[in-house]
Amino acid sequence: MPDITFILADGSERGLEAPEGVSVMAAATGAGVPGIVAECGGSAMCATCHVYVDEAWAHRLPAPLANELEMLECTAAERLPTSRLSCQLKLTAALQGLVVRIPDRQQ
Amino acid sequence: MNETANLPELDDDPYSAENLIDPYPMHERMREAGPVVKLTPYPSLVACARHEQVHAVFNDHATFISGAGVGLSNFNLETPFRPKSLILEADPPLHTQTRAVLSRILSPKAVMQIRATFTAVAEQMVERCVEKGRICGIHDLAQIYPLKVFPDAVGVEDDGRENLLVYGDLIFNSMGPRNALLARAAERMGPVTDWIMTHCRREHLRPGGFGDQIYQAADAGEISHEQAPLLVRSFLSAGVDTTINGLGNALFALAHHPGQYAKLHADPALARPAFEEALRWESTAQTFYRTAVRDCKIAGLPVAENTKILCMLASANRDPRRWPEPDRYDIERRPSGHVAFGAGIHGCVGQAVARLEGEVVLAAIAKRVRRIEVAAPHTRRLNNTLRALDTLPLNLIAA
Repeated sequence: MPDITFILADGSERGLEAPEGVSVMAAATGAGVPGIVAECGGSAMCATCHVYVDEAWAHRLPAPLANELEMLECTAAERLPTSRLSCQLKLTAALQGLVVRIPDRQQ
Repeated sequence: MNETANLPELDDDPYSAENLIDPYPMHERMREAGPVVKLTPYPSLVACARHEQVHAVFNDHATFISGAGVGLSNFNLETPFRPKSLILEADPPLHTQTRAVLSRILSPKAVMQIRATFTAVAEQMVERCVEKGRICGIHDLAQIYPLKVFPDAVGVEDDGRENLLVYGDLIFNSMGPRNALLARAAERMGPVTDWIMTHCRREHLRPGGFGDQIYQAADAGEISHEQAPLLVRSFLSAGVDTTINGLGNALFALAHHPGQYAKLHADPALARPAFEEALRWESTAQTFYRTAVRDCKIAGLPVAENTKILCMLASANRDPRRWPEPDRYDIERRPSGHVAFGAGIHGCVGQAVARLEGEVVLAAIAKRVRRIEVAAPHTRRLNNTLRALDTLPLNLIAA
């Protein structure tokens, strides 16, 4: 059960535990973390589950596939080098302690 | 040999008039019978009616393929009635290539470009409905709006657009059995196939529209020029009847839930979640199929190679294992994870456009209409795949 920390748009932190295999998006929406809209439900079709991955973690994630890269061009908040769609980030034991920041808007 | 023999079996026919008119009792029977069930009238398929399995099947496209058709008919055994879709009825690597093109043309960023136009048309049409007061929610709004804005965006000329309704009705009926609904839809086709294929040709498409952009992708070598008209056809078959009924069902939901409508009227910013929740509560596309590419398991239960798997989207969207109080239409619910647009690599590529249409129409109503009253009982248009209304008599009380 990896722990994840979300830094919300207002700067506050929200930590939660989620089972391996679920996406960061599903963990967030399941726990009611505000700021992850995830309209399309995880198909990389809407860019409303955008997060900034903490720099310490960014390089430890698998690189985005073409469909995620395409959708990252559609984020409402500024796209940064650490931008990812949280629906495409699957939790594994290696991501124990992952930290992601939620942008101030998704739409 | 018969490994599926131990699955629970129900004698329900999802395509009977009774179940098409009111599918929800059948959905509950199927969900409660087990994660995978058999249906006596269709021995060649197994069905999943719970959210977890529908979601899992859609997300395992390597095992559960689309290339053998996403309806009841198995293209490994029967010839499809039309040339196969290059996206809906395709698997990777072909699907990856065509999907990338459509996905870019219909991306959220591209949809921002059409937002102002779609909003203006919605406001004009809603204004006319408010002036009339008594309307048919389908003929005066849910049907004419998508039939105007979407073919405009694709770049299809005005004349003959009613052919798109006939075509959509046939396509979605064709995913069920060869029953009377399909026979009637096929009878109405006549010259419509020619009209559709003619209007998929570049010279009939407005330069710069979604359709023309497909040909631009062919010019750029991303797809072939032979593939281009079939991809334009996907816009025309998937982009009209779906949103018409998505809007119609949303109007139905709001008319029957005055408390929810009052919230929307008080805060038109709820238009987008109100549309989203309507998709969950009364899903337009009720069912899609996949085909098992090998002997495999769903929820630990064996499924034989080449079995058609009926995925009950609308049932998954009301599965109490996934949704608290699933039968309640609640516009403040966060229904992320509903499968009304499917899920996985075949998740509806036009969903950003569909959401835009739903949002701007409901927002325009919310601003101009204080109350929506049911003026007379609705009637249904039965279709093997779509949850569709024929008439929806409403009184709009102006704000």
